[in-house]
Amino acid sequence: MFSSLSGPAGSVFDQFRRLQEEMDELFGQWSAPTGIRSLPRGSFPAVNVGASPDKLEVYLFLPGVDSKRLDISIQQNLLIVSGERNLAPDEQANYYRQERFSGEFRRAITLPEDVATDGVDAQYRDGVLQISIPRREQARPRQIQVR
Amino acid sequence: MPNQTELTAQRPQAPAAPLSRASESESESGMRPPVDVFEDADGLTLLADLPGVSKERLNVRVERDTLIVEGDVQITLPDQMQAVYADIRSTHYQRRFALSDELETERIEASLKDGVLTVRIPKRAETKPRRIEVRTA
Repeated sequence: MFSSLSGPAGSVFDQFRRLQEEMDELFGQWSAPTGIRSLPRGSFPAVNVGASPDKLEVYLFLPGVDSKRLDISIQQNLLIVSGERNLAPDEQANYYRQERFSGEFRRAITLPEDVATDGVDAQYRDGVLQISIPRREQARPRQIQVR
Repeated sequence: MPNQTELTAQRPQAPAAPLSRASESESESGMRPPVDVFEDADGLTLLADLPGVSKERLNVRVERDTLIVEGDVQITLPDQMQAVYADIRSTHYQRRFALSDELETERIEASLKDGVLTVRIPKRAETKPRRIEVRTA
């Protein structure tokens, strides 16, 4: 009886799966594998990465942390930012919502191969940590003159 | 405007250029910032994570009995910069809370530090908790 629902040809589930595969293909799910060190969406802190020919800008959305206690390291092309945000709950108060992240965090971001690990600059402003990483000279696009 | 407590004079500006590829889908409603809400004897406190929002681009206000928190992320992007990865795909935060009558909306105070908004909502003095005795038959 149940086999009719998942039967080989044209069942509801097959149709649904086909649609799912089409959607995945449309949005490039097959071509873009998940980064081995990536975190699920919604993890703390959120990260945006921008690239220009001469540098990379990494933005970590880290509200309410002590910037002096952040640990930032680059090893080859792996950037790791770790630290903690411990929210001490008010013992006298009654909590209705506790949605904000509390505890230790760590994010590993794989950068392109051509980053230069010296000359890295980090700045913390309005709860956003911005890390500027220069790219090596030879990686920048060069204009080729046609004679 | 008797029912409107304007905590900041300025409304948020148009969003700055986002570092995102998919801002279209979320840009209208914006992001819902995570909050902590707790109550003590004197009032309620709301904490909201609004990373990237400066004081100038934050708007906290009360309209009728609704507390509205809005803010825009401002990140200046260098020329020729392209997003290669983006968890944050909108530049606008918004969240609303329904308040109740016993709260003193005229005396709400807000402050912003390192992307964390603190809103203190005091209770009216005459409505501090009163203990109800349960009679036994």
